[in-house]
Amino acid sequence: MKELRLMKGNEAIAEGAIRAGADAYFGYPITPQSEVMEYLMMEKPHERTGMVILQAESEVASINMLYGAAGTGKRVMTSSSSPGISLMQEGISYMAGAELPCVLVNVVRGGPGLGTIQPSQSDYFQTTKGGGHGDYRLLTLAPAYVQEMYDFAALGFELAFKYRTPVMIQADGLIGQMMEKVEIGDQAARFTEFDQSWATTGKKGRERNIITSLDLDPARQEQHNIHLQAKYADIVKAEVRFEEIQTEDAEYLFVAYGSSARISQKAMQLARAKGIKVGLFRPITLWPFPTEQIDAISKRVKGILTVEQSAGQMIEDVKLASQCRVQVEHFGRMGGMVPSPEEVLEALEQKLIGG
Amino acid sequence: MAKFRGAIVVDTEHCKGCGVCVPACPSQVIGLAEEVNSKGYHYSFMANPEACTGCANCSIVCPDGVITVYKVKLEV
Amino acid sequence: MDIKEIIKPENLVYKKTGLMTDNPLSYCPGCGHGTAHRLLMEVVDELGIVEDTIGVAPVGCSVLAYDFMNVDMQGAAHGRAPAVATGIKRCWPDKYVFTYQGDGDLAAIGTAETIHACNRGENITIIFINNGIYGMTGGQMAPTTLPGMRTTTSPYGREVEMMGNPLKITELIAQLPGVHYVTRHAVHTPRAVRKTKKAIFKAFEVQKEKKGLSFIEIVSNCNSGWKMEPVASNIWMEDNMFPFYELGDIKIDGQLVTK
Repeated sequence: MKELRLMKGNEAIAEGAIRAGADAYFGYPITPQSEVMEYLMMEKPHERTGMVILQAESEVASINMLYGAAGTGKRVMTSSSSPGISLMQEGISYMAGAELPCVLVNVVRGGPGLGTIQPSQSDYFQTTKGGGHGDYRLLTLAPAYVQEMYDFAALGFELAFKYRTPVMIQADGLIGQMMEKVEIGDQAARFTEFDQSWATTGKKGRERNIITSLDLDPARQEQHNIHLQAKYADIVKAEVRFEEIQTEDAEYLFVAYGSSARISQKAMQLARAKGIKVGLFRPITLWPFPTEQIDAISKRVKGILTVEQSAGQMIEDVKLASQCRVQVEHFGRMGGMVPSPEEVLEALEQKLIGG
Repeated sequence: MAKFRGAIVVDTEHCKGCGVCVPACPSQVIGLAEEVNSKGYHYSFMANPEACTGCANCSIVCPDGVITVYKVKLEV
Repeated sequence: MDIKEIIKPENLVYKKTGLMTDNPLSYCPGCGHGTAHRLLMEVVDELGIVEDTIGVAPVGCSVLAYDFMNVDMQGAAHGRAPAVATGIKRCWPDKYVFTYQGDGDLAAIGTAETIHACNRGENITIIFINNGIYGMTGGQMAPTTLPGMRTTTSPYGREVEMMGNPLKITELIAQLPGVHYVTRHAVHTPRAVRKTKKAIFKAFEVQKEKKGLSFIEIVSNCNSGWKMEPVASNIWMEDNMFPFYELGDIKIDGQLVTK
């Protein structure tokens, strides 16, 4: 029988990283995700598996430590929350440019600025539309359960190495802080043997390897960009992930991810108890976005309500996906306020059903 | 006492004519050519080859690593 | 004796190390970067550690250092080389890891990364080229620009009251307990070159013995930025840079050198 544990989301992702055979974690404390590194330090993975843990002097340093370690072919992870992720954007862009695999965790809190330490989902634009400079995309997984916090660590590494690209696990303060039971898997082996053909591990029996995002020749830099875009197109084709709940007979659709999906699921039950046929569509990958799936559902529902803890960011992708075929409205709370299922239902009734 | 004779070979095409090697030479062997290479640099050369002792001072200060040094020991 | 009799393979006493690529250096004529690159590669070559060496290039004139140094290398974001090197070294404690950084990279934008990598005692070697100016971007004021020195952003000379003081980051770093070896050298004369090479050897020895961080500052010229002929710039450097950035050992075997 699998081992079950009651864990916080932040602890689950830390344990998930150890069990996934991560080689290194570099991070800097910030609420509401500090338990990730606290858990790692308590667990002493350097003794359990040989995994390296280091508290850096800043998020800027941690992302660049990640760059260095990832450049040697290692499985590396960092975690932070919104203001810290903003500081990391330069490094994320460099890692995307240099094609370095890594897992990033953003336990989102309310902004802008120092904002608040309460949960939010207002970093959707930052993560899915760039964040850093240049034409790159960030493969983004959005966990809605503590179990997914655990599972996505391994999945994140798998995808990061499959495409040699940074992968973001975009949680929110609610998923990071809440406790649920988690099924713990077996310990995976750390990378002792891996493809070193591109990594900087010392020039031995081959020509030297160079890790960089720089190429001053515009023609070659354009070729590099074309290569990156082809990779992103492959990701769009193969890696869209989502969950549909009771969408078969739905007349109205909630689109929500992360903790908002959990709240919307309850709102859906309340609606169905009142005889309103509502379904829930939960994007699991925020990029690539489940455009085709939402396009298909939009042909058979009367209206879509996106529920986000933001001023309405994902709604833009939902509108694009549904091609203005149906009315798409947004409901959200901001600044760290978490909506209640009743509020979500009320928004559905007022904005889409008409009172 | 042993005496040394030396000679340098300058990769004239990659020499940038900076002249750092000139004062580095204790025997005043090196000069900058009147001619230029394809980049337009007055490359360095042995203006006074008889005086070269092969001490390699010029080559170790050459920023571009374009000087190769040879040396033989002469019996006197 | 005919020159042809001297120029024979058996009489070879000096040629460029094979660990420098054949790419023509992108540096200005007379710039000390090329010499510093070559010394570093000579040491890696002579120690026989090329298979275990990973370098980190900065942003600045030496952003393309990996075009010239024929070892595995990573290009870091501006100022972040010590963090990148930390990531490498922590995962590969038995490899030799060095950063090669200029004064803008190491002592301005990357000050935090520099000081913290040094203070943690990361077992790496930092080569710091100080020419008192931003060369790559065309000669702007650096954290190490001397008082009164003209640059494109201090066109009437660095006014300390308005622009602040030059930063002797090497002396600052020497105070940190994680740092084992700190020294300041130059590469403009044969004697200076030989001393610098010795220092780089020592730094890699320190790294091999896992004693902590080694920090080698090389005070160098930027004749283009200083708007001088190469040889004249070296003389100006001796007359103006060296009195402020005094050459010599600052910390040996973890002990500050008392002068």
